Amino acid sequence: MSLAVELRDVSFAYPHGPAVLRDVELAIKPDEFVGIAGPNGGGKTTLLRLILGLERPQQGSVRLLGEAPERLTKRSRIAYLAQRAQLGIEAPATVREVVTAGRTIARGPFRLLGAADRAVVDEAIRRVGLTPLTTRPLSRLSGGQQQRAFIAKALAGEPEVLVLDEPTAGVDVEAQAALAELLEKLHEELGTTILYVSHEFGAVEPYVDRLVLVSGTIVFDGPPSELPAPWHDPSHVHS
Amino acid sequence: MSILEPEFMRLAFASGTVVGLLAPAVGFFLVQRRLSLIGDGIGHVAFAGVAGSFLLGISPLTGALLASVGGAAGVEWLRGRRKAAGDQALALLFYTGIAAGVVLVSAAGELNANLFAYLFGSILTVTRSDVVVVVCLGIAGLIVVGVLYRSLVAAALDEDAARVSGVPVAQLNVFLAALAGVTIAVSMRIVGILLIAALMVLPVTAASRVAWSIRSTMLLSMAIGVASVLAGLTISYYANLAPGGAIVLVAAGAFVLASLGEALLS
Repeated sequence: MSLAVELRDVSFAYPHGPAVLRDVELAIKPDEFVGIAGPNGGGKTTLLRLILGLERPQQGSVRLLGEAPERLTKRSRIAYLAQRAQLGIEAPATVREVVTAGRTIARGPFRLLGAADRAVVDEAIRRVGLTPLTTRPLSRLSGGQQQRAFIAKALAGEPEVLVLDEPTAGVDVEAQAALAELLEKLHEELGTTILYVSHEFGAVEPYVDRLVLVSGTIVFDGPPSELPAPWHDPSHVHS
Repeated sequence: MSILEPEFMRLAFASGTVVGLLAPAVGFFLVQRRLSLIGDGIGHVAFAGVAGSFLLGISPLTGALLASVGGAAGVEWLRGRRKAAGDQALALLFYTGIAAGVVLVSAAGELNANLFAYLFGSILTVTRSDVVVVVCLGIAGLIVVGVLYRSLVAAALDEDAARVSGVPVAQLNVFLAALAGVTIAVSMRIVGILLIAALMVLPVTAASRVAWSIRSTMLLSMAIGVASVLAGLTISYYANLAPGGAIVLVAAGAFVLASLGEALLS
């Protein structure tokens, strides 16, 4: 079985800027739940953009589900929840409309959605516990509930790899823990590979199989239990 | 005399109904993507198209259609390739369009009152052949919006996520801009090149105040669009006013009413 994500000897710099990442080696197996953490400007988001094919490395190679990410044959196998995921529109979108958008993305722009697709949407909403709020506009939900709706949107595409970039930015600590717990449950039930990028990884540390700390290069890669004791406090990692 | 007795009013109502439905349907996605002013920019390019048609002796509708679709695709290309920031691309469109229009129209010797009919709309200028073209293009535009509705919503909700999952966002953007170009070209006889963008934006902002979902916003904005066009045409007939201004003022009134309704509901 091919790796879900593989980076070999990857280095990257933005045009006219210093190197953001150097000599990165990373291999993520299917079904792994991986937390990616590190200081601001350490290269976490750049690493994700390389994995997703939104940037190309100056050196080394990146493979996503066994293919070059920018040429991935079926991109709907990937679901991406962007940093500070917010509605990009002014109109009052309901939970169902947002989650249905995730199904539309997976099915392609010209395919009509049928009863089976609607069942997948309902199931995704149920999995994140928002069934009673299906017809409610997102603007009337709490920050944590909105994040759940965005995760349901990602799940509606039935992805093999779910990528979350700082999904809890602006959400309180309880909601962060609840979200991490939900992701662990979904990971166990669905077997989806999850890459969870977070500046504050304390909330997710108890739930991930593996933690990758990035600061220009990978400075730690292993189970959270093997993390050096001082690093468990995020403020130490950021310094 | 009944308002529907003169043929020009029947033609104006027929094409106005299509325009009233199409303009907010396309404008809905422009507003959601914070591109409300793109309609104005394309309108300026459509003016250059009308001026060019005077010079070439072709139908003004054809000239406006070619120029506005081309201009819309061009500005989206500039934005998409990051050759220019969004507002710079729009500024380029605005000023090049209006300057080319003025140069072409003066070269054609048409700098006269006839031009006002295109800039601000005129009920009297709608011909039977115009109505046929407007209705056909308008219905085709509405069908395209219907088919691409879910994809356009998905791209508007989260462009990055859509792009990562393989939605052809850049192509959808160009398609949407071209649809805006078609809408402006088919609407210029009734609403006028300089005012059509308002009919693409005001009904949507009014509907957003009182709607409860994306779908209801879209449908309400189309209803407000049709009501504004029909009411504006009626007012302009009886008061002998330019229809474009009357239509847009009715739409602005709808926005005020919706804002009051929103305040009462909350």
